[in-house]
Amino acid sequence: MSVKKITKSDFANFVSALIQTDNVIGVQAKGDRFDFAPLESAKDLRLDYDVTLQPPKKYFLPPMEVLLTFDVGGGYNSQMDAQKFILLGVHPYDMIAINQMDELFRQDNYDAHYMTRRDNATIVACDVARSSDHVFASSMNTAVVRDGFDVLLTDIGDGYVLEAATPKGRDLVARAKGAVDADPQALRRREEVWAHNRKSLNKHELKCDPAYLPRLLAKAYKHPIWEERAKTCFACGSCNQVCPTCYCFNVQDDVNWDLKTGQRSRAWDGCLLDGFTKCAPNHEFRKARADRFRHRLYRKAAYVPQKIRGQIACVGCGRCVAACLPDIANPVSVYNRLIDDLGIG
Amino acid sequence: MCQCCAEKKDIYLPQLATVADISQMTATEKYLRLSMDDGMFDFLPGQFVEVSIAGIGEAPITISSSPTQEGGFELVVRKIGNVSNAIHNLKKGSKVGIRGPLGKGVYPAQEARGKNLVFICGGIGMVPQRSFINYVLHNRGDYGDVAILQGTKNYEQRLFTPEIDAWSKRGDVQMLETLDEGHPSWKGNVGVVTKLIRKVETDLKSAKILVCGPPVMYKFVLMALEEFDVPHNNIFLNLERKMKCGVGKCGHCQINNVYVCMDGPVFRYSDLATLPEAI
Repeated sequence: MSVKKITKSDFANFVSALIQTDNVIGVQAKGDRFDFAPLESAKDLRLDYDVTLQPPKKYFLPPMEVLLTFDVGGGYNSQMDAQKFILLGVHPYDMIAINQMDELFRQDNYDAHYMTRRDNATIVACDVARSSDHVFASSMNTAVVRDGFDVLLTDIGDGYVLEAATPKGRDLVARAKGAVDADPQALRRREEVWAHNRKSLNKHELKCDPAYLPRLLAKAYKHPIWEERAKTCFACGSCNQVCPTCYCFNVQDDVNWDLKTGQRSRAWDGCLLDGFTKCAPNHEFRKARADRFRHRLYRKAAYVPQKIRGQIACVGCGRCVAACLPDIANPVSVYNRLIDDLGIG
Repeated sequence: MCQCCAEKKDIYLPQLATVADISQMTATEKYLRLSMDDGMFDFLPGQFVEVSIAGIGEAPITISSSPTQEGGFELVVRKIGNVSNAIHNLKKGSKVGIRGPLGKGVYPAQEARGKNLVFICGGIGMVPQRSFINYVLHNRGDYGDVAILQGTKNYEQRLFTPEIDAWSKRGDVQMLETLDEGHPSWKGNVGVVTKLIRKVETDLKSAKILVCGPPVMYKFVLMALEEFDVPHNNIFLNLERKMKCGVGKCGHCQINNVYVCMDGPVFRYSDLATLPEAI
């Protein structure tokens, strides 16, 4: 582990230099909100952001991507995105979501499309400097991250602490002019940021340890809350679309104008959307809206955890809470209601 | 290819296969025999393939032939969606893409050795069951009694009639067939397939029961088997879901926490009993 300290002006110069040579994606303002986008100027980088509209997932699993090209009548060729990039400013909860996705796309059947993008990325994570309106990372134990990133950046007021965690990260930090070994005071300030975030990123407070959620859901399958919430659910899939751990996708073929060639693409799909489970003879296996609403929350806290060593696949970013028009998606309010009704233990 | 590269091959890339034979079975079903252009294809009864028609898409189809059969593998496809419509338009010599074989949950070929077997098929449920039926008949000495129950909606939709006739005449298979609707040319049973269960001559309680048919059939078959106290771990169900990616990623075929493409499509009933979405 190599931990450095850098002033904010030296860091801005470092980012400017990176933009000249590398494909840099960073957090920027988008109206009065924030989002990840290609960075053209260091001054556009907003590491003081609260939350981005979309999680950085889109750089590993794009909303739509070409998997392969084909000739009509036979012949398929894989298409892999080989472009290297630096992703600047990933919050800890989003980093943990990426770590979970890495595990899911690597396991059983290795997804080379996702993993190629992942291998091409250098991730600079960044501790949260300002909490968003709906973050509950403290409740989910995701306010601070200790692995997955190449570099971790922490704002300590007069500068940043830079921790390189991988060879890629060390190469990157080595390019930061003015970075010096972090002194004990800087490290102490970083510890204070972590301690603060572990408590303060908690606009919705979960009434149990997240590790208990699978056991809670094991007894909640027939609880009336699923029907109650589904009554006002538009089944619009917004909760799916903004979630950093939703990774369901659909696949479609498109033939080009020459009618001889084409491509097979995958695009984000959502388990809340009508037709998600529909088979050819018009049989839809999970048709009821309440069942679809329940399925999303069971995936987060019961089903996906079984695939990733018990980790809860909700990282407390709060995006679904903000995106849900009828205000029913908040996982904490669902889980807390279940705890109230069913108890703990 | 080294081991590490083999593990990292593109799981979405189909391999080319050639239609070696294709024929119309009924008004809605077509039979195809495919051979992989690179010659490589080992599978187990119960596994499926993603059949790819470039420009249209992919559809999961369970292999209908036994792995013991030489000369490619067979599919039977009902014309029901975009891809299956396109499959129906293929000609001998056409190229298709194939991914697979896929699915880990397969027929219990080893576990069923020495045991009596009862196949309960509804309509095109015979198509996947036929893979294991022919596997068992190829290795006839390894298994006990074999009963095959086939229920079909009407006379015109009967499948594999020459094969069923041959099984009836073997002497070592109890072949029972019924039609939901009677027909002037049909002299056999009329009624749903569950009515045949009490005609099975072998002891149901100790037999391995293999079930495949439309979703609506499963509940009635399971209710009928309850009357005979068949242990749930002896019942195997072949489930159908939207297996879009076939490799456990896309999420469409999920039944609660189970991925049909990965954990099935053949499931032991005792493993499904705790999954409310299964049936």
